[in-house]
Amino acid sequence: MFRGIARLQSHFGGFISHSKVCSRHQQYRGALKYSTASTERKRFYQDVSISQGEGGLFEVNLDKRKLKTPNGQLFTVPNEALAIAVATEWEAQKDTIKFYTMHLTTLCNTALDNPTQRNKDQMISAALKFLETDTICYRVDEPPGLVELQKNEWDPVLHWIEDRYNVTIGSSSSILGPEIPEETNDTFRQHLSSYTLWSLTGLEFVISQLKSLVLSLALIDRHLSVDQAVLLSRLEEEYQIQHWGNVEWAHDYDMYELRARAAAGALFVHLSSESSTVKRKLMQD
Amino acid sequence: MASLSSPLRVCRGILKELRAIQGQSYKQSLAYNYVIDQFRKNKVTGERYCRAQQEAHHASLTYLCLLASTRNHLALHNLYHGKGERSPEEVAGLVGLRVPTQPGGKGWEK
Repeated sequence: MFRGIARLQSHFGGFISHSKVCSRHQQYRGALKYSTASTERKRFYQDVSISQGEGGLFEVNLDKRKLKTPNGQLFTVPNEALAIAVATEWEAQKDTIKFYTMHLTTLCNTALDNPTQRNKDQMISAALKFLETDTICYRVDEPPGLVELQKNEWDPVLHWIEDRYNVTIGSSSSILGPEIPEETNDTFRQHLSSYTLWSLTGLEFVISQLKSLVLSLALIDRHLSVDQAVLLSRLEEEYQIQHWGNVEWAHDYDMYELRARAAAGALFVHLSSESSTVKRKLMQD
Repeated sequence: MASLSSPLRVCRGILKELRAIQGQSYKQSLAYNYVIDQFRKNKVTGERYCRAQQEAHHASLTYLCLLASTRNHLALHNLYHGKGERSPEEVAGLVGLRVPTQPGGKGWEK
């Protein structure tokens, strides 16, 4: 095997070394642009407050200045809870502003600026594309312990969503995955079309984190808590950790990041879609 | 949903996280007042099944998870990833080795 690799290398030697140089160069450039050091800015404000502007939208103020999106628009959110959560994120920054810990702010910016310029239909299609390769639809044949674990943990969620939306999804251990009927897609498309652009932004974020439409909908529909959804999403990894041990700087690091992102996305969907019900309840009191 | 911990514990968890973020003056913050307010308003008054209360509970649990995970993630990030490249001495130390010091003796005398 090693000999094979060596031969391959001598054969494509020039190409490989060239591509390596290229990728390292790109990595370096990427690092300059996205490295943690350069994306952190000094905290340039003292206090954070919120205010209600025109149209009932809430704004976030840093000292006396209004927060703006990266595109230069005024940063506005539809309800108080979201504004407070965003303000808390800005307050949480100590000496430097660490944008990679401010998931709700990022999601609001994405929803406001819509940098990919997509409409709702395109976003729904993008979300539904994950169903074809949904994590919990793809099962393993071995080892037996993991097969059992996937069956016991994933099947209940799959049954739940099939009952809840009255659809067929199924699971498969073949590389092609299960055959998902067209009606299933139609049902989900219809359901998702009731979401606003903001909720879809949040939902898409959760789906891309958990790598599963089923788990994301279970989280948004409050069938699962964030911890449960993240655990189910990382089921194979957790199984391997039981065998080989846990490494804090890789496994725990990933898990906390995933939890934070999934929680932010779910909260964003709830807060941006349910402002009316919350308002009504406050007035009754 | 039965597995969720009690609202009081979640509330205290969120307040603890807020204190970790804002220090001693956390009681004057927007989030503190809002959280206290929400928990008071959503208190259970009877044994009745209440959908809105469960929604609030799930949201509070999600928010607690967001705050706690962000804090833990940042702590791990600062511990393991936030410092750039390690020096050769540090790398050797990771696996319990030491970089050899400059040998003295023959050939090194001045």
